[in-house]
Amino acid sequence: MNHLKFPRELLAHRSAGLALITASLFAAVTAFYPQFATLANARDSLDDTAILILLALGEMFVILTGAIDLSVAANVAFTGLCVALMNHAAPGIPVGLLLAAAVGIGACLGLLNGVLVWQLSIPPIVVTLGTLAIFRGLAYIISGGGWVNSGDMSMAFMDLPRRVWMGLSLLSWLATLSVALAVIFLRFSATGRHLYAAGNNPKAAAYVGVNVGRAQCIAFMVCGALAGLSGYLWVARFAVAYSGIANGFELTVIAACVIGGISITGGSGTVVGLLFGCLFLGVIKNALPLLGVSAFWQMAVSGAVIVGAVTANAAHRTPRQRILEAADP
Amino acid sequence: MSAPLLTLAGIAKSFGGTRALVSAALELYSGSTTALVGENGAGKSTLVKILTGVYQPDAGAITLDGKPIRIRSPGHALGLGISVIHQEAVVFDELTVAENIFVTARPRRFGLIDWRRMRADAARLLARLGCTVEPTAPLKTLSVAQKHVVQVARALSHDSRLVIMDEPTAALSHHEAEELLKIAQELKLEGRAILFISHKFDEVFKIADRYAVFRDGLAIEAGHLRDTSIDALLKAMVGRPVEEQYPRSQVSPGAEVLRIEHLSRRDEYADISFSLRRGEILGVYGLIGAGRSELVQTLFGVTLADSGRIVLHHETVRPEHPAEAIDLQIAYVPEDRQHQGAILEVSIANNLTLPSLQKFARWGWLDGRRAEAAAAHWAGRLQVKYASLNQPLAELSGGNQQKVVLAKWLMTTPSVLIIDEPTKGVDVGSKAAVHQLLTDLVRQGLSIILVSSELPEVLGLSDRVLVMRRGRLVGLLSRADAHAEAVLRLATAA
Repeated sequence: MNHLKFPRELLAHRSAGLALITASLFAAVTAFYPQFATLANARDSLDDTAILILLALGEMFVILTGAIDLSVAANVAFTGLCVALMNHAAPGIPVGLLLAAAVGIGACLGLLNGVLVWQLSIPPIVVTLGTLAIFRGLAYIISGGGWVNSGDMSMAFMDLPRRVWMGLSLLSWLATLSVALAVIFLRFSATGRHLYAAGNNPKAAAYVGVNVGRAQCIAFMVCGALAGLSGYLWVARFAVAYSGIANGFELTVIAACVIGGISITGGSGTVVGLLFGCLFLGVIKNALPLLGVSAFWQMAVSGAVIVGAVTANAAHRTPRQRILEAADP
Repeated sequence: MSAPLLTLAGIAKSFGGTRALVSAALELYSGSTTALVGENGAGKSTLVKILTGVYQPDAGAITLDGKPIRIRSPGHALGLGISVIHQEAVVFDELTVAENIFVTARPRRFGLIDWRRMRADAARLLARLGCTVEPTAPLKTLSVAQKHVVQVARALSHDSRLVIMDEPTAALSHHEAEELLKIAQELKLEGRAILFISHKFDEVFKIADRYAVFRDGLAIEAGHLRDTSIDALLKAMVGRPVEEQYPRSQVSPGAEVLRIEHLSRRDEYADISFSLRRGEILGVYGLIGAGRSELVQTLFGVTLADSGRIVLHHETVRPEHPAEAIDLQIAYVPEDRQHQGAILEVSIANNLTLPSLQKFARWGWLDGRRAEAAAAHWAGRLQVKYASLNQPLAELSGGNQQKVVLAKWLMTTPSVLIIDEPTKGVDVGSKAAVHQLLTDLVRQGLSIILVSSELPEVLGLSDRVLVMRRGRLVGLLSRADAHAEAVLRLATAA
């Protein structure tokens, strides 16, 4: 079959190039701070990136179908507040049940997005721009603008994500499990493959009997469920809930997808690429401060990587082609 | 004689006010290839979309195996054993060849997709079709012809009983077309019914044994190909005397305005030479894929020719961008009004003044009153029916939209107007108005290159007709020699 030849063809592969950048960054930091490469730090890094991975997975589903979800972070805030308030009002409810409730609430919010996109054919960016504001607004209303602090939450509620099984925290286990399920679903289920078909060529998809709207709706629901799960994890991990949590985080999530090689026009991208996108952002966030690089440089670096990645993809087409392709209905 | 596999009777379908199919009838037999022929606009594509469940007919009956059926959706059509090989390959560039073939029916094992079996099955189907591509190759690495073969493999994977081929060879080279026709022949011998839609009579007579002729949404005649001839088919397709409906009064063209010398562009057109005189309409006719639109896009600076010369007013020019062509007083009204020709959401006035905004600017600032006055003047001159110039263009009828598009280019005071499919999607009444307008314009000294796939329109309006086939100029006929059958014969190489 097609073996990749090192190094040029391997570098042409987006995730491989990204892995190289991430690895060299990692090596550079380790040279100055040997403790950066310890197992403990790796474990912490995974914990730090777990929520981003969960959210980016959901976003990836949506982007694959040619849509986009701007409401993920608002979903996190609303769902996180919901379960935090439930825990505060009735500390007796088992945390497992609250976790399930978070997934359920998140899925409902995602379903709302999906139904609006599917049944009313409203562009996804408009739908989720609207629901972003709605979810944030509702979060403010149910919390009365107040905070749920660590003192208001039960120990079990805050502890669950940190609990360790076989060397990994529940947080890391959930991310790992979700990644595994996503790989299987996207690779080995008909519905998963339909997400790719719908985003790659919606017209052709319709001709071969794929319901594009339905595929998008499913993707939005999965994205919502993962956002809901992340809502609980976020609130429990940081031990605080208010309507402004994860503000603007949807952009980080979308950035992880774009850096990870998920085509923003839909139809292509792999979970492995996405993982590298998340890890890259994670390493930047953890490593650059150690090197004495300010937070603003972190933003600039991840921004430059996005522009660089997109430029590399567009470079082989001439401007004229791009105009004509854009004019194509 | 055995009973037909599929029968259509009295099928009608309208879109808004346009009747695409009035009363279509068709019988398709297993183990037989039926050629469906007709001019552009005869309703062939609409029929295909009804057969594949994309459209639901307004009236009429479809019978499969003697039982009346309703084809609910494209997926349902596949389930019934009806596959289509589309003119433009309906494929997924980012997926592999194997998955493109099995996109509707992926083999599974324990509920999960069995990629290994999919690859093996794909390899087997491709080998049977004599195609050497790797099942694991991404589809975007394939040629257009190979993409068509992938579609054929998809039809085979369903074991389809009816395979519809909608102008499958339009985008293929001669050799590639031969290969595809061979495959079509084999599918027939395996006992499948083939519906073959093509403009190319050589292909039709080579592979089909039955035929059906459509004209203006009506089934005109059908039968065995051995009982008919190319002449009889052409006559049935054209049907009506055309010349009389057009308002063309003989004018005597003036001096040469534009001369094209040996213009070529790889894979699009080759060695095209002609001249255009003042006050002349030059019709350009050809089938889809003949290179008509590609040729005029070069004249308008959208693409560059590889070789040859464009001489405008005795000077060699080489527009590299539409803006340069506009400066050279060339105007281009594209075929696809909704995507290229106009901005439907924007007001009539803004649409009209868009290409000539420079003229209404003083020190870079727009003089809105002058622009509006000019817009009103031109809208009036072309008798556009509107309530207010600030209305969005989308609110006007198709014919009036086309007048606005024309007016907008006339405001740039061109000396050469290139117009691509001027009456596509325009109702009959407005058609006549657009035709009258074009005739008036040449009388005032404008030179027009009229690209149209509507034969009556080309014949009725043009002083001379240039015929293209597969990127070549195959005939340049004077008005007196340009008869429907002669032009069609040149275009189809019958």
